[in-house]
Amino acid sequence: MAVPLDEAVRQLIHDGDTVALEGFTHLIPVAAGHEVIRQGLRDLTLVRMTPDIVYDQLIGAGCARKLVFSWGGNPGVGSLHRFRDAVTRSWPVPLEIEEHSHAGMANRYVAGASGLPFAVLRGYSGTDLAGNTPNIRTITCPFTGQELAAVPALNPDVTVIHAQRADAAGNVQLWGITGIQKEAALAADRVLVTVEEVVDELEPVPGQVILPSRVVDAVSVVPGGAAPSYAHGYYERDNAAYRAWDAIGRDREAFTAWLTELTAATGPTATGRAAAGPAAADRAADDPEPAGRGA
Amino acid sequence: MTTVTWTADEMMTVTAARSLRDGTACFVGIGLPSTAANVASRTHAPDLWMIYESGTLGASPDRLPLSIGDGILAETADTVVSVPEVFNYWLQAGRIDAGFLGAAQIDRYANINTTVIGAYDDPAVRLPGAGGAPEIAASCREVTVIMRHSRRAFVERVDFVTSVGHGTGPGDRERLGLTGAGPVRVITDLGVLEPDPLTRELTLVGVHPGVEAAAVREATGWDLRVSEDLARTPAPTETELSVVRSLTGAA
Repeated sequence: MAVPLDEAVRQLIHDGDTVALEGFTHLIPVAAGHEVIRQGLRDLTLVRMTPDIVYDQLIGAGCARKLVFSWGGNPGVGSLHRFRDAVTRSWPVPLEIEEHSHAGMANRYVAGASGLPFAVLRGYSGTDLAGNTPNIRTITCPFTGQELAAVPALNPDVTVIHAQRADAAGNVQLWGITGIQKEAALAADRVLVTVEEVVDELEPVPGQVILPSRVVDAVSVVPGGAAPSYAHGYYERDNAAYRAWDAIGRDREAFTAWLTELTAATGPTATGRAAAGPAAADRAADDPEPAGRGA
Repeated sequence: MTTVTWTADEMMTVTAARSLRDGTACFVGIGLPSTAANVASRTHAPDLWMIYESGTLGASPDRLPLSIGDGILAETADTVVSVPEVFNYWLQAGRIDAGFLGAAQIDRYANINTTVIGAYDDPAVRLPGAGGAPEIAASCREVTVIMRHSRRAFVERVDFVTSVGHGTGPGDRERLGLTGAGPVRVITDLGVLEPDPLTRELTLVGVHPGVEAAAVREATGWDLRVSEDLARTPAPTETELSVVRSLTGAA
């Protein structure tokens, strides 16, 4: 079931797709995001409640046409400067935004996972979000007459998440802060999961979420694939890396140098290849990753 | 005899911490609100029930988290729930007593902007956006705002209403169907503002030690009204300061 990350991204994500790489501070699929950048994907509609530095990187690399989100920042540090540059100065390409609150985004995923066309919530009333986001409407409760907010279901073409582990059959297990990942996965047409490791048996963990293999299209083994965010029980959040991103993200030249380094490197993908067996590793060595696709 | 000194930020944090009642269920934003809530839980409010929007209910971190989803929050929480659950079952259902928010801009009626400075379609500065704030401001029983005082931040009318305070005045929250009381106080590095009970306009009700009302009016972008019973914030105690400094690392 385990597929090298570069192959999984190539199979599941295409130019123009709506892609949600979800994670709420914890278990952010950073390595998968970097592989999207390496493969030069374009015109993506990126979805995420809390776009943070990997979204700043995807936006700065020109992968996104649109961002659907509720809070875009560098958690605990400040703003995302590639995101800012794209919104205010269309660099490197214009970025359309569709903006919600967390409650709105969470309920949009719930509706998507539930097979409903929209979600109802008590929210947005009196805010300027309602007037600037056409996807925020109101609905009258047929039972009480109350006016409530309505937001359309979110159904990404692809949801990408990172989890602690999977078994050989492709069942996925995550725990700690599990955020919106279950809903985002169940709302999506295709699901890619990167994991820290594959184990023989998924021993139960308190607070766990299990995604049965039948809703998972590909599992890639990428140890450290959530860094610089963290994987509960595996490694800590690298707060220094989040702080360090501020200076890189602020400056187009520094960012471009970072991007050149990223796309030149094979990155953690190599680990995924190794996990898939020696044959795959050899193939990888013979056939270096093309720098771009669809660019 | 030693002279105790403190910074304006420390005074703000201590004042905000004091405003939290013990036993309160408090929805905590990252940054200044999180620091203040953690000071409260280490001083007069050991049973403060801190909720972070990552789904950690009853977190009691032994150090300040950098983000709302740090591992230390999950490890110390009574329970960790999903994001839809924290917003729907806990916040929307009215189970949270106090919301604690920061802001980039606030106006005369305590409306909050964390979205853009300038026009939405062509912003001068793009800010992170709403996050959980609109519904925290709507549904917590009451809201405390903590932010530094300046004319750029305290404006006649916010450029963008991310979260509703008191709208355009009396009756607006009720008309909008907002279930909580909204912002009941704004704590800054200069003093404390509260909405006037009748007009809902933010009014200066307290100043920190060494601060005069004129200086607060000068730092406010509208003609700030000053309460006739202007209070003077008690100076931070040595205990309060040592707790703040142990958390922020400014020993």
